[in-house]
Parts: sequence; structure tokens; C-alpha cells
Amino acid sequence: MGFLKNYIKTVYEAVSSLLKGMKRTGYYFTHHKEIITQSYPDNKDTMILPERFRGEVVMPHTDSNEHRCTGCTACELACPNGTIKIITKFEMTPEGKKKKALDTFVYHLELCTMCNLCIEACPTNAIKMAQNFEHSVYDRSQLTKTLNKEGSKLMEGVE
Amino acid sequence: MLEEIGTSAEGDLIINVGPQHPSTHGVLHLVITLQGETIKKVEPHLGYIHRSIEKMCESLSYRQFIYVTSRMDYLSSHINNLGCALAVEKGLQVEVPRRAMVIRVLMSELTRLASHQLWWGAMAMDIGALTPFFHAFREREMINDIMEETCGARLTMNYMVPGGVMFDLHPDFQKKVKEFIAHFKGKIDEYDELLTGNVIFRERTVGVGKISREDAISYGCSGPVARAAGVSCDIRKHAPYDMYSELKFDEILHTDGDCYARYLVRMQEMRQSLNIIEQLIDNIPEGDFQAKTKAVLKLPKGEYYSMVETARGEFGVYIISEGAMTPYRIKFRSPGFSNLSALDHMAKGSKIGDLVAIMGTLDLVIPDIDR
Repeated sequence: MGFLKNYIKTVYEAVSSLLKGMKRTGYYFTHHKEIITQSYPDNKDTMILPERFRGEVVMPHTDSNEHRCTGCTACELACPNGTIKIITKFEMTPEGKKKKALDTFVYHLELCTMCNLCIEACPTNAIKMAQNFEHSVYDRSQLTKTLNKEGSKLMEGVE
Repeated sequence: MLEEIGTSAEGDLIINVGPQHPSTHGVLHLVITLQGETIKKVEPHLGYIHRSIEKMCESLSYRQFIYVTSRMDYLSSHINNLGCALAVEKGLQVEVPRRAMVIRVLMSELTRLASHQLWWGAMAMDIGALTPFFHAFREREMINDIMEETCGARLTMNYMVPGGVMFDLHPDFQKKVKEFIAHFKGKIDEYDELLTGNVIFRERTVGVGKISREDAISYGCSGPVARAAGVSCDIRKHAPYDMYSELKFDEILHTDGDCYARYLVRMQEMRQSLNIIEQLIDNIPEGDFQAKTKAVLKLPKGEYYSMVETARGEFGVYIISEGAMTPYRIKFRSPGFSNLSALDHMAKGSKIGDLVAIMGTLDLVIPDIDR
């Protein structure tokens, strides 16, 4: 008798444990609104990503095509992957002195790991992280970008 | 599953699992010697995702090398980064502000929760239950959103820096974490309902993959794997770092050492993590979030070691400095490697179907093993 009692008890416990799980599954089956299935964010224009989200490095320009980069290479030194390459040139100041200035800010997006160290290192807040997260292109060379716009120059008052 | 079938001299069947088998969660290659359906030997072959991170670190400065460790155990990247930051701080002898310490502990525990949630879903899927996976990822998404808002990234945050944290907390952080706690407290009971008592799950895990206390110590197991075998090894208790010495929480210990004990340890650890977050979330002190450090960090000549408790076990960082801008040598002690070494011992004598359950409860992250 003891054996039979145990047997029935085990079967009862097993079935009840299965039903317990099925109850939970059944709950979600009948409560469609609690199921969270998210589709791919196609609404890129209206979507708001967190301000700090790190998608790629950009250099903001003002309306009069001015940036804040002095070409000090602090970001280039801070970068662990060699993502940033800064090419500088010498400009003549109105006083007739030679002054180092930014020529090309080369940014290799394909090497970037979005670690944010360059932004932290920048003394003039010339670069920042943008929220763009779709980077797929057909050719790898398209991922090498020049961040400063053509004909742009240093904002006045930024040293 | 079967890439190459061979037989040994004694007539045993030798099969390969991996390197791309889905149940191995990555590029783990196991060579299994079978006698019938019984496992005689499991031999892990490593190196498929070796990136020589330790060598890479020798050419990176003390600020730069931290981001690489996020790519080791990517599920507890915050805690890995914290271990590195602590080692560098030991060398620099900087005092971390109290606010930064609280933020670090909060982030570590949120990471531990996210990691255990993913483990719970993935392990159940290995064993054959698909539903838990979706439940686990629903809650994990909330943590990822919190991380995204404060740290700027969802998986590889690089948020811990020597001297504190990179940014201050987002204004919404406290509100969102409280929402998450209220939500998750109900859901963790749901987790238990779905899986813990389930008869099929218990049949697959109770008494499977046993390891004794002595063996767990001699194989160097740590984290939930060792605690399930009765080894008291929680770094947060035995060598507390940051705020942990002031917090009240229990170290979960079980003595069975089987798959089910490992499962229970992690499930109860999730509740403990919630407990820790609850203690801190209302008491975040005001102040700086980062101590002032020099632009170029140089550690004085010497050796520095720090250890932290990740979701998988003890993670150690050993830095040898010659006084230069870059470390002379860095060694990482990763929990996954030691836990994997016990796989052969656990699996010996059990059936081949049990191997997946054992691997699932070991919670292997392959980039952590290979580095």
C-alpha cells in the first residue's frame, strides 16, 4: 500500500507542477497586452534615444561653419584603437604669427568601440557622441569619415 | 552536431560538439569520449576566440585598458571594469568619493541581475523549455534601458574609470530602478512557478553533474558553482570592496553540488541583489562622482592585485608596473576558465543528455575563458 500511495503522490505532484507552469503560460496566452514584442525601430525620425547613447563620434558645426577643434590631438592620444587621426596645418594669424590649426579630422568608424575616452579627453568639447546606430554600408572605405566640414574654421575665442 | 565521428582503440565512440554548437553558447569545442550513451571523458579545446587581451593591455595606458575587459565576460562587463579600476586605484592610492562607490555597487548588482536573468533563460532553453527565455529577456530589457540612459551603452559600457565613474547618474535613474524592483519582485516568483518546481526540469537537474566540496576547491571553482558545493567564497563577504562591507546580505550556500543546487544558488542570489539595490537606492549620497586624477596615469613600480565577484565567480586583475605609462604585464584571473576545468569531473559517468544541463548551469561565457 505504501508503494501505491507514494506512486500516486509522485504523479499528483508532477502533474500539479506542470499545470502550475501551464497556468502561467495560459495567463499570457489570454492577456495579449502584457506580451512585449518589440519591432525593429523603423521610426528613426520620431524615436528618442537617451542623450548619452553612444553611436558615433561627430563634430558639431555652427551655422557659420565653425567648429571648436584646435587640433591638439588629445583625443588621438586617448583613443585605444587608433580610431582618430588628426592632420594639422599651419595658419597665419593676423599678427603674422604661425599657428597650428586643424586640417583634417579623420575618424575610422570601423575601428571605433564607442568607449567615450576621446570625448572625455577633449579640452574644448569639440566632439560628441551622436545617436545614430545604423552603420552598415556596402564598402568598408565609406566608414572612414572626415568630421570637419569643408571650408570650416575654428570658432573664435576657443584656444 | 556531429562533425567528425571516430572510435578509439578501446572501441569507444568519440564525437565533437562545437565549435559552433548552439548549446555551447559560443565557440567552445568539446571532444567527448562515449561508451554507449555514458560519458567517459570530456575534453574542452580552447582558443577559437582568443584575442590576446592580456598582451594587448601591455600597450594600452591605464585608462585605455579598462574597455577591453568588457569584451571578456560581456555579461558582467561592469564588474570586470570595476576590478580593473580597483587595481589601478590601489596603485594610485586615490580616495574614491562615496557617491561613486554607491553608484558602482548599484551598477554591479544590476549587472549581476541582468546576467543571471540571461543565464536563467538560456539554461532553460538548453534543457528544452523555450518560454523562460522570453520571460527573462523581458526583464533584462528594463535593466538594459537603465544602463543605456546612465552609461550610454547597453552591453559594453566602459563606465567605471580609475577614481570613480564616467558620468553622474541620470536624473531618472532612481525612479526607473524603483520601478524595476517593484516589477521584478513579482516576476521572480513567476520564474519559480514556471521552472523551479517543474517535474521535468527537476528530473533533468537533481543529482546531475555532482561535484564535492573538496573537488570544487581543488579545481579552483568560484562563484555560484563553488557555493552550490558548499564552498564559502563570496568575495563581497570575504574581501569586501567599495561599499559591500556596510551592506547587509546573505551569502547563499548549498551543499548538494549538483545542477539543481547551482540553479537555486543563482535564483536566490537574484533576490539578494534586489535586497542590496533596495538598501542603496534611497541613500545615494551627494558629492563628486569622480576623484580628481592626473591626465596621464602612472602607477609606481610594484605589483597590484584586486579581485571582484562577478556573476560567474572571482575575477582577479594582477598588474605589474615598472613605473611607465603602460603596465609591464597584466594577468586576468577569469572565473569561467576554472569553472570549465571541472566540467570533465562533473560529466564523467553521466549520460550525454546531461552534459547540456551541466554546461548550462556552469554558465559559461566563452570570451571570458579564452580572453
